[in-house]
Amino acid sequence: MPMQANEIETLIREAFPDAQIAVSGDDGVHMAAQVVAEAFRGLNRVKQHQMVYAALKGKMDGSSGDLHALALTTRAPD
Amino acid sequence: MSDAQAQIKETVTGNDVVLFMKGTSTMPQCGFSSRVAGVLNYMGVPFKDVNVLEDEGVRHGIKEFSDWPTIPQLYVKGEFVGGCDIITEMTLSGELDTLFEENGITYDADAAAKIRDANA
Repeated sequence: MPMQANEIETLIREAFPDAQIAVSGDDGVHMAAQVVAEAFRGLNRVKQHQMVYAALKGKMDGSSGDLHALALTTRAPD
Repeated sequence: MSDAQAQIKETVTGNDVVLFMKGTSTMPQCGFSSRVAGVLNYMGVPFKDVNVLEDEGVRHGIKEFSDWPTIPQLYVKGEFVGGCDIITEMTLSGELDTLFEENGITYDADAAAKIRDANA
């Protein structure tokens, strides 16, 4: 099942209530998300992305997952 | 540790640079794998390519190994560096050059600079 941008945003929002989140893409399978969250401060990109993947609760899990690709950009606020 | 986990561990510790990918270095079978393999090839970095499409155990096991849900996955000296988005960002920021320098991995600095010029 492909995911709509607003569903992706809702899942990320649950984990990062105060984040700036922008989700783009319209096929529901190849999507992009930019997340700017205080929670990322001091963490390397791998850790930051792992936190977002965790928020997506298995939606990324390959052939059994909904999203084939989510291009992620993460950072802490300036 | 399962066979797949042991096999992955041995691969990433036994080779300085390892890319787990869909397809091979010369015949990538996914755009994201192709992009990372392309960067490494262009930068002249010697790396071991592991085609996860040929081994179901490794294909699933690598995700557990790194707690990372997608492929490709790049490892340098046994450490997970990132997937396609992270490698792309690190290439453009020069952090990938730094990582290779710090780990004594040979690479073509001019080629890396050319990638940055072309994407400036």
